[in-house]
Amino acid sequence: MSAPQSQDAASSKLLHPEVLGDHFEGAHDADGRPLVHAEATSRPIREPVQQEPQPRGAKDRGHRPVDPVEAAGRFVTATIHEKAHDERLWDGRLRRDAAAHALPEWEAMRAIASATKEHTLAHLGQYLAQFEAAAEANGVIVHWAEDAAEHNRIVHDILRTHGAKTLIKSKSMLTDECGFRAYMKGVGIEVIETDLGERIQQLDNEEPSHITGPAIHKTRADVAKVFASTLGSDPTADDIHKLATVQRDTTRPYILAAGAGMTGCNFAVAETGTVVVCTNEGNADLSANTPPLHIVSMGIEKLVPTLAHLTVFVRLLARNAIGTPLTQYTSHFRAPRPGTQMHYVIVDNGRSARLGLAEFWTSLKCIRCAACMNTCPVYRRSGGLSYGATYSGPIGVILSPTFDRAKYSALPFVSTLNGSCTNVCPVKINIHEQIFAWRRVMAEEHRIPLAKAELMRTMGYVLAHPTLYRTAIAAADEVLRWLPHFVIENRFNTWSSKGRDTPNAPKQTFHSWWYQNRIKGGKSA
Amino acid sequence: MRVGLFIPCYMDALEPEVGVATLELLERLGCTVEYPYDQTCCGQPMTNTGCHQEAIGAEALFTRNFSGFDYIVAPSGSCVHQVRVNMTSIAQTEEVIRVRKNTFELTEFLHDILHVTKFPWARFEHKVGIHYNCNSLRGIGLASPSEIKAPFFSKPKALLEKVAGIEFVEPARWDECCGFGGTFCVFDPAVSVKMGQDKVADHARAGAEYIVSADSSCLLHQRGCATHIGNPIKFMHIAQILNGAAA
Repeated sequence: MSAPQSQDAASSKLLHPEVLGDHFEGAHDADGRPLVHAEATSRPIREPVQQEPQPRGAKDRGHRPVDPVEAAGRFVTATIHEKAHDERLWDGRLRRDAAAHALPEWEAMRAIASATKEHTLAHLGQYLAQFEAAAEANGVIVHWAEDAAEHNRIVHDILRTHGAKTLIKSKSMLTDECGFRAYMKGVGIEVIETDLGERIQQLDNEEPSHITGPAIHKTRADVAKVFASTLGSDPTADDIHKLATVQRDTTRPYILAAGAGMTGCNFAVAETGTVVVCTNEGNADLSANTPPLHIVSMGIEKLVPTLAHLTVFVRLLARNAIGTPLTQYTSHFRAPRPGTQMHYVIVDNGRSARLGLAEFWTSLKCIRCAACMNTCPVYRRSGGLSYGATYSGPIGVILSPTFDRAKYSALPFVSTLNGSCTNVCPVKINIHEQIFAWRRVMAEEHRIPLAKAELMRTMGYVLAHPTLYRTAIAAADEVLRWLPHFVIENRFNTWSSKGRDTPNAPKQTFHSWWYQNRIKGGKSA
Repeated sequence: MRVGLFIPCYMDALEPEVGVATLELLERLGCTVEYPYDQTCCGQPMTNTGCHQEAIGAEALFTRNFSGFDYIVAPSGSCVHQVRVNMTSIAQTEEVIRVRKNTFELTEFLHDILHVTKFPWARFEHKVGIHYNCNSLRGIGLASPSEIKAPFFSKPKALLEKVAGIEFVEPARWDECCGFGGTFCVFDPAVSVKMGQDKVADHARAGAEYIVSADSSCLLHQRGCATHIGNPIKFMHIAQILNGAAA
């Protein structure tokens, strides 16, 4: 399809201009003008009408290692999905650059945010105690959960006490981490996700593939199919506004009837006992303010000391995540409304153990903006579900092994260590250096494939012995020499089999050129 | 000034002409260049895979080969990054620390140490897209990466701008990784190849006749991707252009 005149500039910046839509697909105001707000300013990336089935994620093999390469291979092959996914997330990266670089103080804010988080984590016990006291003074009931199971049990107990049979909730990575929906299903409580993307994923029985856009790997046609089979809508009606309306219309009755509401937490302010939730759909406000019971599920690392500190994070978060100055809603929840109850469930689930890992503790600074995912060239072409973990992309690569070393042992290797993630991180987590460090841990703990480990032992030995190395090269056939042989024709045989031609080796190495021209040839070295 | 020339293993075997161009260029600029004959590799393949113990031998050999030089220069930012930032498996003696500190990537050596202001012998009348190896860009700072809010600079571009006739084009994602990534290119092949194909397509759309880089490893991968999809774009190492190579 041809892009109209106004989009020429945009199209020239796309790798796959064929995904650019031919009309504005954002929201309009009452006068028909395009609305410029968080989710309306995205480029209208429009996948062609397609029959391509949605590629599914990595296979779950319990505690056995996830194979992200196998899953990514299937995602790349689904070209419609891969291209749209890549362009959509790259667009997020560009919008982040525009918003961030418009602020002269951007890099200073990153430094302040990083220092604030490091300080808070270094004094976490003190700030948690302060937060708990402030919250209780506000009339909030505070619970502590050591792990996922305890979190789920506590929430279940609260719901049982209130006789709540349905729970509406806004998006929370922590509840995904805790396997919360599956647990609640098991005890007969109906959980309804109110975030559009998370609801799509719930209906499709998939994990979120992205922290801020849980269903970003799906095309509109995929969503239409999911809604048709679960909500009874028209499977061919894939207009995004109509799809959003279907979700809204089918979710509202649950919101009005639910016995309890649950939200996550973007930031918790120790000084005031406040929980701050940032959304674009306003669904957290509906979830928190409609039912008579509000439960907040939050990790211990969410704290910032004061409201003054919070301002820096709020300015960073939306700009870095979606390229807007603020999310549509930045809601401060502090005390229960009259006649209702408010509970905080504060969860560790491995976090204090992570805090003790010298090389990895700063991963706790993460504010879940997902900019590292948007910028990651591997993530954009692999899809979040290929990581087979609650947290995917660069941040998932460094968080997941702290939950299960064996299961996530391959994740540190699905990275080129290019470092873009580190540069976009609003709290300056050295993500790519931690990925590099996790590789060392996996090798030390013998968690890399045996063939790979053997290859490295052999290479390490030969490369430490120049005579052996030169003999190995000379003995190899004349076309491909020993080292390139490793890279190009190794036992994995993946250089030339997947769309890459093998280079032609020259007649002579530099080493022998030097010998002929500078040693044998007589010119002094 | 005694300069030790380090020619990375893959360049030694697959692109010796880049090594020759680097040598000639440094000599033209007045350096006394030696090539320690017993050199092999910087240790990156092992370290990159997490096998630091297995890299110790290569790191010790590198140190022995290059400890006597004022500067160690390599036409590969990726290997220089390994030496300067990640050569930590070996015990950090004074000798090791000195070797690591004195190791420079070719363009930063020309730009920061020799302060070269002209290449009167060089002429390259072609449209060129510059490719930045990620270790060179974000690891040792050959240029300012797009993520960071800071004034733009590029040492490779500053040098190429002194070459007569050259014209630059800018791809849409000028500093996105090409998917080589060391051992990544064989262990995650489908994604690696897709990234490489996207990279060459991006340069081609911008009108580049040549993709030019200070790193041969990325170009080796990109060339394989380009020829496979029939993309006629050509590749050249920056040392060859600065040394006066014609097309």
